[in-house]
Amino acid sequence: MNATDPYAGERLLLSPFHPRQQAYNLRDAWGAWNGYKFADHYYDAEYEYFCIRNQCGTYDICPMQKYEIRGRDAAAMLNRMVTRDVSRIGIDRVAYTVWCTDEGRVIDDGTIFRLAEDRFMLNCGSPCTAWLRQSAYGFADVEVRDVSDSLAGLSLQGPTSCAVLKRMGLTGIEQAKPFEIRHFPFAGTTLRVSRTGFTGDLGYELWIAREQALELWDALYAAGADYGIQPYGEAATNMARLEAGFIMPFMDFTEAFKTVRFEHDQTPFELGLGWLVDFDMPHFSGRAALLEERRRGPAWTLARLDIEGNWPADGSIVYDSEACRKDIGYVTSAMWSPAVKANIALAMLRSEHLRGPIWVEIYKSKDLRPYRRMARASLRKGPFWAPPRARQTPPSDH
Amino acid sequence: MSAYDAIVIGAGHNGLTNAAYLAKAGLRVLVVEKNDYVGGAAVSRELHAGWTYSNCSYVCSMMRQAIHRDLDLGRHGLLLVPYLGTVNFGDGDERLIAYHDPQASYLELKRHSRHDADAMFRFQADLTRYSNFIRKTLLRTPPEPTSFRPRDIREFLYLGRQLWAMGEREIYEYVRFFTISAADFLEDYFENDLVKAAMASPGIIGTALGVESPGSAYILLHHVMGDVDGNIGAWGLARGGMGAISKALAAAFQGFGGEIRTEAPVARILVERGRATGVVLENGDELRAGIVVSNLDARRTFTKIIDRADLPDGIYEKARNFRIRGSSGKVNIALSGLPKFTGLPANRYVDRGGQAFTGSLRTMERAYDCWKRGTWSEDPFIESVIPSAWDPTVAPPGQHWMSNFIQYCPPELASGPWTPEKRDAFGESVIAKLERYSPGFRDLIVHMEVRTPHEIENEIGLTGGNIFQGELTIDQLFFNRPFPGYAQYRMPLKNLYMCGSSTHPGGGVSSACGANAAREILKDLRRPNTVPADDFDDE
Repeated sequence: MNATDPYAGERLLLSPFHPRQQAYNLRDAWGAWNGYKFADHYYDAEYEYFCIRNQCGTYDICPMQKYEIRGRDAAAMLNRMVTRDVSRIGIDRVAYTVWCTDEGRVIDDGTIFRLAEDRFMLNCGSPCTAWLRQSAYGFADVEVRDVSDSLAGLSLQGPTSCAVLKRMGLTGIEQAKPFEIRHFPFAGTTLRVSRTGFTGDLGYELWIAREQALELWDALYAAGADYGIQPYGEAATNMARLEAGFIMPFMDFTEAFKTVRFEHDQTPFELGLGWLVDFDMPHFSGRAALLEERRRGPAWTLARLDIEGNWPADGSIVYDSEACRKDIGYVTSAMWSPAVKANIALAMLRSEHLRGPIWVEIYKSKDLRPYRRMARASLRKGPFWAPPRARQTPPSDH
Repeated sequence: MSAYDAIVIGAGHNGLTNAAYLAKAGLRVLVVEKNDYVGGAAVSRELHAGWTYSNCSYVCSMMRQAIHRDLDLGRHGLLLVPYLGTVNFGDGDERLIAYHDPQASYLELKRHSRHDADAMFRFQADLTRYSNFIRKTLLRTPPEPTSFRPRDIREFLYLGRQLWAMGEREIYEYVRFFTISAADFLEDYFENDLVKAAMASPGIIGTALGVESPGSAYILLHHVMGDVDGNIGAWGLARGGMGAISKALAAAFQGFGGEIRTEAPVARILVERGRATGVVLENGDELRAGIVVSNLDARRTFTKIIDRADLPDGIYEKARNFRIRGSSGKVNIALSGLPKFTGLPANRYVDRGGQAFTGSLRTMERAYDCWKRGTWSEDPFIESVIPSAWDPTVAPPGQHWMSNFIQYCPPELASGPWTPEKRDAFGESVIAKLERYSPGFRDLIVHMEVRTPHEIENEIGLTGGNIFQGELTIDQLFFNRPFPGYAQYRMPLKNLYMCGSSTHPGGGVSSACGANAAREILKDLRRPNTVPADDFDDE
């Protein structure tokens, strides 16, 4: 790209890790995320999925939106915005949360890092500047800064991830508990490492100034060479997060501000995230509506389905009977899970039908001819896949 | 009153599968195993500190997904990881790389032959069609061709319908397929010798046939009809080695209340008034059970652990003549680093997956000539894989182990019995060949385990070291396996069953034999079936 490029305005931005990632992307399998060029996969989506479950891999989280929120009123401002009580997040701890409209509909989900008494970082999938500014209205001492383009983030996930960080010289990283943050001197600056991720496996997220991004990559890949390190893209992430039972925006829920039709967006209770809503807090956006919803019960429930057979149920409509007498919902994400060896899905179901029979209508093409099958499904409690190593401290080397 | 409802002899993967399904149905089941570890030929052992070999079987694609799912083997620690394909090494500098990516695969074939790159599409479609039919039979009991029982007639009708649906021509194709050689079969498709050799090599693995021998075409199919997560033809490594499969099956079995006794070799099966009533261990312990299930091969079951006088006429002879000739060896090598192979790009996705030192059809056939003469070949066909490049749990970081499967290695040498010296000389022939393709290989060796058919038989109990528990030719397949008239897992003595790879559908770590046998046993005991139907989706 240069100043004379007449198409400069519409070209995708490049992540600070792009020079390295481009070399790995042998399939030219690029998509986009928040204006950045972003890999769907690099070599082979299935191989990359297995790196997450068997060895380790890195996922570029530079295009994720990152906001630094600081000031005396930062905690109070966030508490008015999100459904969890951020005053209960310890320093150098991370919490997952959602934030809602006044009607209690989910705007987005994300993680809040507490870096100091008066300093937070909020990470989320979609741009949030407008809502953050609105939420900060009326607070005297709070500053919101979008650091998305200046702070590089790289997620390292998989059973060998801790061993790789140890080999890289991050002494003591094995003592970091899930959702804990540690800091290490690196390349003349500070490397922030959080034990977080979006795969349900052992994993860490590494945060560093954009300028040091490639140095971090090179150190990580040198340390990881004997541990199977490999970049993975959107396809593998989507598989791993579904096995872990994590929701994906624009797949399992539609962000409230991007939703056209009445109540086609979701509440935290509908998404199974009621545990994130802290009614002990005197006020937060959506509190009254959510109180009412808790009393009434959610109209819909995002259910975890184990579907018979092995036809993935992408885009399926869900019925109460094999004869399709009444449609009771729809599948939001689905896959054959290699780790669990099950045909899994998330589905938005009308809550009153949760106790009854669940049948999924699935289509599959064979030699271009579509075949239809009605498959019985059962509800699963908890994540489809949750290896003990994801919670262990210190974790093993593999 | 028997202490057990069932005793399963042999804690190989089929024995454990069988036991798990019987225990799941509420039976009190004991598995007795002669070794001090479970797994039989699906085993992981640490023979040198820090390295875990898959000592016998080394890759997996036949494992029935429906069983993996039903017994929740993932929760019991089993993860099957597909690896990215195999490089075939020609006699000289030619290399044929298998890629998952269809475009890369096409370009690679085109480099060897424009014709073959095109023909590969038809070959794959035909193989998939053949596989689709055979795969349907894996988790089903073969019908008896001479029986008029409704279940056998129903089963024949089912098979007939499946076959008919593929078109009239396919029926002729199948007859041809089961009877011709791998080389002749491939002649119809390809012109390039390395391409032919690469596609033919699955036709000889584990079998005492050559690429030119009639019948080897089916063996080829047997090796490519498996899948990993629906990708037909893909091969996977079990994380932690093949023993992870047996360990997960054992855990599932114990979860149902089953009991395993290791270091408990069976001296003989107790037979009273024509019924199997238990086993006598070599230490003299007598264990009684309602039924006895043998996971040993057919020859061993009927000629070694049953008194000949207890058998109906002719069975002993059938077992003695059961074709179970060993043909292969295994060399497991711990390495201080990743070996580098000549003629390959420094491509991290292809330089450490599988290696097949195929040579050419001629080289493979010559190696078979050596087997016939009772010697090992100085230029053997070797199928290798480096599991440590994929599995962080089986070698120290940066160090590796290489599994080498060698075809051919005779169970009996023309020069007299196997000795440790001859075993080492056989191992040396393998190292010499690897050194030819990977100069400096020898310097990387940290530890080696050399297994000829002699070691395989003595340790694992596979007669002749035959990895399939009996050859996979049409006279010993489907309703002929192990013997005509006994293909439904019930043996000539009442309350005696077989559940190993000597039964349908034969060799390979599939769990299918054990599961099929369990289904038949539960039927006889009038218990509800606990064995799932296959989830094969082409019905």
